[in-house]
Amino acid sequence: MHGLINAAIQSFVSHTYGRSKWVRVMQRADMEFTDFEAMLIYEDDDTRRVLDAAAGELGRPRAEVLEDLGTYLVSNPNVESLRRLLRFGGVTYVEFLHSLDELPDRARLAVSDLDLPALELHDHGDAQFNLICHPGIPGYGSVMLGILRAMADDYGALAILDHITRPDRAEEISISLVEASFSEGRSFQLGARTG
Amino acid sequence: MRWAAAWSDVLNMLCPMHVMLDAQGIIRNLGPTLGKLRADRPMLGQPFLDRFDLVQPSSAEIAPDLSDLHGRKIRLRFADHPQTALKGQVVLAPAAGGTIVNLAFGISILEAVQDYALTSADFAATDPTTEMLFLVEAKSAAMEASRRLNLRLEGARIAAEEQAYTDTLTGLKNRRALDLVLARLVEARVPFGMMHVDLDHFKSVNDTLGHGAGDHVLQHVARVMIDVTRRDDTVARIGGDEFVLVFEGLTNRKRLSSIADRLIDRLQAPIPYGAQICRVSCSVGTVLSIDYATPEIARMFDDADVALYASKNAGRARHTPYSHTLRGDQALRPI
Repeated sequence: MHGLINAAIQSFVSHTYGRSKWVRVMQRADMEFTDFEAMLIYEDDDTRRVLDAAAGELGRPRAEVLEDLGTYLVSNPNVESLRRLLRFGGVTYVEFLHSLDELPDRARLAVSDLDLPALELHDHGDAQFNLICHPGIPGYGSVMLGILRAMADDYGALAILDHITRPDRAEEISISLVEASFSEGRSFQLGARTG
Repeated sequence: MRWAAAWSDVLNMLCPMHVMLDAQGIIRNLGPTLGKLRADRPMLGQPFLDRFDLVQPSSAEIAPDLSDLHGRKIRLRFADHPQTALKGQVVLAPAAGGTIVNLAFGISILEAVQDYALTSADFAATDPTTEMLFLVEAKSAAMEASRRLNLRLEGARIAAEEQAYTDTLTGLKNRRALDLVLARLVEARVPFGMMHVDLDHFKSVNDTLGHGAGDHVLQHVARVMIDVTRRDDTVARIGGDEFVLVFEGLTNRKRLSSIADRLIDRLQAPIPYGAQICRVSCSVGTVLSIDYATPEIARMFDDADVALYASKNAGRARHTPYSHTLRGDQALRPI
């Protein structure tokens, strides 16, 4: 698994619940170190163990923890860069939803060895969408659910989202856009203020 | 001359940074993004060359409506601040009633998006600028993460290297570090003095009081050696109770002799270890690089060794400078 994903989990747990909680998660997962490097590759199994340990340590179901992780990735100032990169996808929430099809390609453009599972948006008209998250990273759908919720807030859109269980290994999210401009949302300008 | 309104609508959408000039070079229409760049100083109805400075080709050579630049690529900038650099292409469009100049930011795009607070909506749907900005930002973030990783790895490398040249028990340099120091001195032809030091009675401390006491004594010895030497001298532990001191630039026999005496003197003081008292001393053999036409480290070590064993054989706790005459006593040297 790419270190970026593990580092995202670490950032979420240690900023939300404190550094000592993260250290306990890593001990519980039987890892021999405490900090992931964002630019190194780790065993897939490491990620699974860390997620299980985090769910155990926080006493919450894994899917819930993952959804919070998704929300954190978009809404926390610590990881503002990711929110900005996602906002490049479109001017409106609907445009953003349509840009999800190319999210894995965008990710690969940024970090060539970052492999994200394919996403497939189905637009049923009448503001109804379904997002199919193909298998590859267990729990990816839960993270995407959190990301889509937080991005709706970011765009100022009011949307109802649901995680749908599927018979195959893919995950599915239904999106019902109630109001495209419900609130003002957060501003996004192409020019970053950093540097 | 009448402007076809339909042309403006199409161009506004496809080329949001275009201008249309009439035969006099007056701006008759401009795309919404270009308009946004000077919202406070509208350009409509003004001469193109009043608002823009041509960089390439220079404006002295050309007609006000740029009609002689058909098909050409031009470089220009705003006449007023911020003087954002632009590039453009000139096209004669008689059907539209004049000249069309389509402008773009080119490499100034990174500053421009900040200066003008541009959004994706300011670019044509097919314009790859947004993707390019995404890429720049994504790559910068990835590069920053890599840079931080490199810094951490560099820190770890320095620590590992430090460790590889350090004797962990005493914190003194080890044999590997000593070899490098000596090689450097010989290479740079810096004169130096070198002492080979061996502890006396160390084995009996180890045997009677245990290894803990032995380690304690070695650490004490290391501190004393650092004390009696100068900051730039090298103190290395090269074996169990064997040490080498290198005095860079110091070849004065009297001074080296007095350093050796002070070292022996201080090491003979009793060393408390818990309730116990450890007693050691040391024997020293010294060589000077200036005594050799071309100093060879192996040869110098060998001679220092001979001098050291002369000290041992003469009853320990003493210092012997190397001289050829010592070789005559070699039969006395214990193997």
